Amino acid sequence: MQAFTTHTGLVVPMDRPNVDTDSIIPKQFLKSIRRSGFGPYLFDSWRYADDGGEADQDCSGRPLRKDFVLNLPRYAGASILLARENFGCGSSREHAVWALDDFGIRCVIAPGFAEIFFSNCGKNGLLAVVLPDAEVGKLFEEVAAAPGYRLDVNLAAQTVTTPAGRVIPFHIDPALKERLLNGMDDIGKTLRQADAIRTYERRRAADAPWLFPDAV
Amino acid sequence: MYTIPALFIKLNNGSMTPRTLYDKLWDAHVVRDNGDGTHIIYIDKHLSHEVTSPQAFEGLRLAGRKLWRRAANLAVPDHNVPTVDRHLINDPISRVQLETLQQNVRDWDVPYIDLFDARQGIVHVIGPEQGACLPGMTIVCGDSHTTTNGGLGAWAFGIGTSEVEHVLATQTLVLTKARNMRVTVNGTLASGITSKDIALHVIGRIGTAGGTGHVIEFAGTTIRELTIEGRLTLCNMAIEAGARSGLVAVDEKTIEYVRGRPMAPGGRNWELAVTAWRDLVSDPGARFDKEIVIAAEDVRPCVTWGTSPEMVVSIDDVVPDPEQEKDPVRREGMRNALAYMALKAGTPMKNIPIDKVFIGSCTNARIEDLRAAASVARGRRVADTVRLAMVVPGSGLVKRQAEKEGLDRVFVDAGFEWREPGCSMCLGMNEDRLSPGERCASTSNRNFEGRQGAGGRTHLLSPPMAAAAAIAGHFADPGDL
Repeated sequence: MQAFTTHTGLVVPMDRPNVDTDSIIPKQFLKSIRRSGFGPYLFDSWRYADDGGEADQDCSGRPLRKDFVLNLPRYAGASILLARENFGCGSSREHAVWALDDFGIRCVIAPGFAEIFFSNCGKNGLLAVVLPDAEVGKLFEEVAAAPGYRLDVNLAAQTVTTPAGRVIPFHIDPALKERLLNGMDDIGKTLRQADAIRTYERRRAADAPWLFPDAV
Repeated sequence: MYTIPALFIKLNNGSMTPRTLYDKLWDAHVVRDNGDGTHIIYIDKHLSHEVTSPQAFEGLRLAGRKLWRRAANLAVPDHNVPTVDRHLINDPISRVQLETLQQNVRDWDVPYIDLFDARQGIVHVIGPEQGACLPGMTIVCGDSHTTTNGGLGAWAFGIGTSEVEHVLATQTLVLTKARNMRVTVNGTLASGITSKDIALHVIGRIGTAGGTGHVIEFAGTTIRELTIEGRLTLCNMAIEAGARSGLVAVDEKTIEYVRGRPMAPGGRNWELAVTAWRDLVSDPGARFDKEIVIAAEDVRPCVTWGTSPEMVVSIDDVVPDPEQEKDPVRREGMRNALAYMALKAGTPMKNIPIDKVFIGSCTNARIEDLRAAASVARGRRVADTVRLAMVVPGSGLVKRQAEKEGLDRVFVDAGFEWREPGCSMCLGMNEDRLSPGERCASTSNRNFEGRQGAGGRTHLLSPPMAAAAAIAGHFADPGDL
């Protein structure tokens, strides 16, 4: 997994609540058996002016919806997505995070995230920052007012710093922070506890044998 | 957040610390306290389908890791499968995905129900149906509607593909404990009101983020009166309230539902299991972090008007007016939704004509759902203005049972199409989709933009309400037909 330490980047505002993962990456692109290549289909139905792309389609010639934020020249190259309440709700599809990552988004800031999406971010080195509603509202205003608006995100310090130098602290679960900072592989870490898992299985098989019809 | 160490509970179990059902399920599955707020939690059952598993198996292969415990798995294709002719998968990319699942289950020797098996169906329908999902289990799947299984008193939740890989490799997940929330529904539901209406009513009240950070236990006399299938529907929609899981405590109905299922325990193990399952209830005095109480009499036939399940009203209501909403972000959200749905504020829901009807999905494609819809369709005709009304059973066994009861004839005689089982138009990964601008009365779970097809407009409702909409050509109270 890629690590996340610090990141400074252009901010693109996604000013609507409850953005669901179906909108982030529509179903037809979930047919891919790969983890990469989803960037061109990020927010497909909001981004393109046709009736939706198809899996594996070359998007270079597709008509764009000129008024969609990701298509506005002032947000070209954005790597921080500013969002509203309950971002990433709905389907568990990790493809949503893969699409954001493939597009170049490194950090999403919102007043709240749906849990599975939040968890998926953490597994892919994408930082999901939760800030108070009022603070997010202020950031939306500042982004709208200042073209080229960039934020500086520092995970170790747990801060987001605005161009004017305002430092906004954020909370993050210590275990998640550690994993993100080090780009740690979860599975390898858990497998170091293989003995504990086997001990649990033996005890559980004795207490609840119906759960272990395969026990020898 | 403060959690009571497992050891403390063990010493005092039954004597001083009343626990919620979720607390009990959590405690029973802790492998290890990592000391940093996370715990290693054992997973009893991992279900998989073709869409969210290929990258996980690939990850396992690339890292040279082994499958931890093959018997804890069950795989079935459901999302991409055709509902007309099983042998005809026109889309080559869909075909590759289905073949990849076949190859993976072969390579890793994973228990598998294939497309041509009579038991094939939507993963969340066949799990309980086969007895693969049992009370007290931890159950995961790379699919958010895994919450369905909570209706059996199991702790079940959807996970991403990285977590799928983690489960394949370790049979565990690293989790932090969620908070406890209880939604209590007391009283008697009016005739024709289903657990789908309860689910939509609850989501309308608490919002699609109302359950975030929580496991919701549904309790109260109304919930006790629900059948197990009704409870599965309710827990299925818990994710639409933002909860990671939904739960209903075990009672005699649960035990009778599980008894005799093909993969359920038998003999001595059955006796042991039943004894343990009877404890799968919240203790009196257990503490919930959040409580919601609902009177069953307040639950009306529900239908959504917008692009989020929380945008819901009763069939007697009108499309709400964004200008009445004080919160600017919500107001803008409502405006967007009305524009996408091509609806005007103030329009009576009963005046909205529909183009298509979908009766199916892991929410509402079990036998009781089909019976409820058929009872409305019986002896009537789908309105001429409706382009397509389709019934997609949740599994091959649901289909067979429905045919035994003659429900297929009821639907076909009324003008519905009777299809093969699968996820179908709930998300339109196969060929069952809405065209841009089409409006659908759907028994599924999500009315997001484009969910059933790019530009499609989805209204969520119960099976009898969907059948009534098909007959009337617009939303209707089944009681008014």
